Amino acid sequence: MLEESGSEGPVGIGSGVAGPDIGVLSAARADTPRPMMVLNGVSKSFGQMQALSQVDLEIYAGEVHVLLGENGAGKSTLIKTLAGIYAPDAGEILLDGNRLALGGPSDARRAGISVIHQELALVPHLTVEENIVLGREPRFLIPGSIDRRVQRETARRALELVGFDGDPRGKVANLTTARQQLVEIAKALAHRSRILVMDEPTASISERDATNLHAIIGDLKRRGVAIVFISHRMREVFELADRVTVLRDGRKILTTLPDATTPELLIKAMVGRSVGSFYQRLERFVAGEVILETRALCSAAGLVDMNIVVRSGEIVGLAGLVGSGRTEFARAVFGLDRRTGGDVLLHQLPLPSDPVRAVRSGIAFVPESRKEHGLALTKSVCDNLTLPALWKIFPHGFRSRRRAAGVARGLIERLRIATRSTRQPVRTLSGGNQQKVVIGKWLPIEGNRRLIIIDEPTRGIDVGAKAEILKLIEGLAAEGCGILMISSELPEVVGFCDRVYVLQSGTVRGELSGAHLTEEAIMKLAVHHDS
Amino acid sequence: MTETTEMPAIRTFRSDAGAPLDPELRSIIARFVVLAVLCAGVALLNENFLSVANFTNVLRQASLLFLIAAGATLVIIAGAIDLSVGAILTLSACVAAGVIHATGSSGLGIATALAIGISAGLANGILVAGLRLPPFLVTYGMLWILSGGALYYMGGIPITGFPREFRFLGSGFLLGIPVPILIMIATALAGSVVLHMTTVGQQMVMMGANRAAATLAGIPVRRNLICVYVASGACAGLAAVVALGRVNSADPGMGDPLLLPSIAAILVGGTSLFGGTGTLLGTALGALLLTIVLNAMNLLTIGSAWQPFATGIVLVGAMLADAFLNRRRS
Repeated sequence: MLEESGSEGPVGIGSGVAGPDIGVLSAARADTPRPMMVLNGVSKSFGQMQALSQVDLEIYAGEVHVLLGENGAGKSTLIKTLAGIYAPDAGEILLDGNRLALGGPSDARRAGISVIHQELALVPHLTVEENIVLGREPRFLIPGSIDRRVQRETARRALELVGFDGDPRGKVANLTTARQQLVEIAKALAHRSRILVMDEPTASISERDATNLHAIIGDLKRRGVAIVFISHRMREVFELADRVTVLRDGRKILTTLPDATTPELLIKAMVGRSVGSFYQRLERFVAGEVILETRALCSAAGLVDMNIVVRSGEIVGLAGLVGSGRTEFARAVFGLDRRTGGDVLLHQLPLPSDPVRAVRSGIAFVPESRKEHGLALTKSVCDNLTLPALWKIFPHGFRSRRRAAGVARGLIERLRIATRSTRQPVRTLSGGNQQKVVIGKWLPIEGNRRLIIIDEPTRGIDVGAKAEILKLIEGLAAEGCGILMISSELPEVVGFCDRVYVLQSGTVRGELSGAHLTEEAIMKLAVHHDS
Repeated sequence: MTETTEMPAIRTFRSDAGAPLDPELRSIIARFVVLAVLCAGVALLNENFLSVANFTNVLRQASLLFLIAAGATLVIIAGAIDLSVGAILTLSACVAAGVIHATGSSGLGIATALAIGISAGLANGILVAGLRLPPFLVTYGMLWILSGGALYYMGGIPITGFPREFRFLGSGFLLGIPVPILIMIATALAGSVVLHMTTVGQQMVMMGANRAAATLAGIPVRRNLICVYVASGACAGLAAVVALGRVNSADPGMGDPLLLPSIAAILVGGTSLFGGTGTLLGTALGALLLTIVLNAMNLLTIGSAWQPFATGIVLVGAMLADAFLNRRRS
């Protein structure tokens, strides 16, 4: 599709004359083996969390550089730093040997760095052409006007490079994800990008589209574009990569040639860390009767034939990469996403798809993002702590403030929530204490055979609160509740859960327990081996 | 906030004694103070202000403003908005007037006004909660539809003259107190009980503060949305009965001048347009404040051209004062 490399001429926006020729770049690379971009000791922290520490990285023209790592290993922070979204706390980024100061995403784009995020960033209501020139529209005579002819020509050339076969004047909203990706790549090329960063581009497109994308990446590579590629599909990594870098806990673990390694070694590098510092279970409980059972559950959010069983007294983990369907499963059981097939049985009885009924049948759902879904931040600790149990605390429908405050006080003492009064807005509490409120509000709905779904219970909170929260969850299991815990922290999953389902692409890929429950085993099931 | 350090030790926590007052209580007290200062100031400048005749008049005007804003306050607290209250009042009043003239029955007239208010509220609620359409658009569209309905129904001729027993609700006296004021007090009390002393009221507040969190807590968000819209429609229907009784005439433009002042009263009363905070007492105080400011301008013979200006100053002033007080607290 791109045979006449170099002779094609520039695809840059503007006069149509100037701009570095993509073909020339590849010639330049042959002569100079100097890296196009160098990261020296780049660090970035958010509060107490060190997202990146001392990362060194070299990126060469015309290479595909794959970044590997678990959820939270620092990949996203790294590419957001490259994109100019985050400014590093320490370290420097060199482009062609010159220090690069990225004040924002527009600086990165001007420097020739384009990032294609997992959530595509096209404007859905504009046409393909308009999206490609967006922000750098060719001017027609007077400022504010757009030269449609130049726009069309620029878009046509860029689209040709990526083999886009759709209508350039159609709206982006009507395109498939794969086609939208091509438009994003074309946009990057039209902006004369020399470094293309792609965050899991093949995670949400079909096999055929992925193969097509691989071919396009091959072409771009030959034209001297450097490609930084995040993927969890092992086969893809070994097919595409010129070099692979593994990140873990914000550090670069290694950079290697694919020929010099194996999938097993890479997975080990991704997970290998001391397990000792994490919370260990005090005791294990004998699993009792079945509390939750799903049979071939499918949902509009992409679940396919999910079969999961949770028993009384059991802590069951749901592991998998971001987007594997863990939260979607919780949402489908709770009745937040439309179910499209299969059955959900609670205590052997069908559970209708309705959050109100789910709560009344004793299900608790602690969501992942406590600020968006867990808390009414402006309201008081008391208001938040009594919300899901209003019907239980005040069965006749009349609410007394004193009674509500009493219930809240009991929970504050039991969970050791650090707050000055029941009237303090939850907004002012620390992350760990907020998380205690999000979990604690379910406690007044008593019952020892309840299903408790907890999504990422320890994310973004400090170590002390983490241990307290895990202990609380263990206590609920001891009372006979069935716990379904979603977590991206593999050591936590391995050390804390009795049994773990590993999800991938919206379905259960395997079930691990006992001696088989290891971080390596989970990662092996979680990543795509065969694609 | 994500990574705030824990407090070194958990403070022993016994009671809320000494804890800061509820922000809502604080805002009500502040409004009472402003209202008292305003009344005292105007009374010093003009001796007619505190006369029974003038004050009754002020309260009557404020009561109509409050009635139309009361239900809409609940809608805003629950995180939505109702722009159709003025149009609901118009249509309810016009059709009720027609029914009274055709049948001679006051009771049927009142029933008609309330039924139209409730039906319009139900329609709003179903469109917003059931079909998940944006509240602003639904109720703005409803405004035009209901106004159009009233225009068509009246055919350009106002209906005037109603039986005495019907006008009692708008212009009568009970124990020496104008009936609309009694209706205002009863509505404010009933609404406050629902909002502050029932679980449903608390649910409305919480879903206004964070709809997603309320849904995940098993709150019947959609049912509650329908309820607040029905309440808003019913209040507008009740306001129509009071307005008809007072002006003794129905015309298809009578509700239009009430919509924007009613929203102003709600906001001056301390209810957040973003939902999750607000009180009916606040709306009552807001309606009183706005009415008294305009009344004082009349008494002090300040040209009526300045009245919208004054309303705007009161509105922005209230917002600024709240923002200033809240900032100082935190």
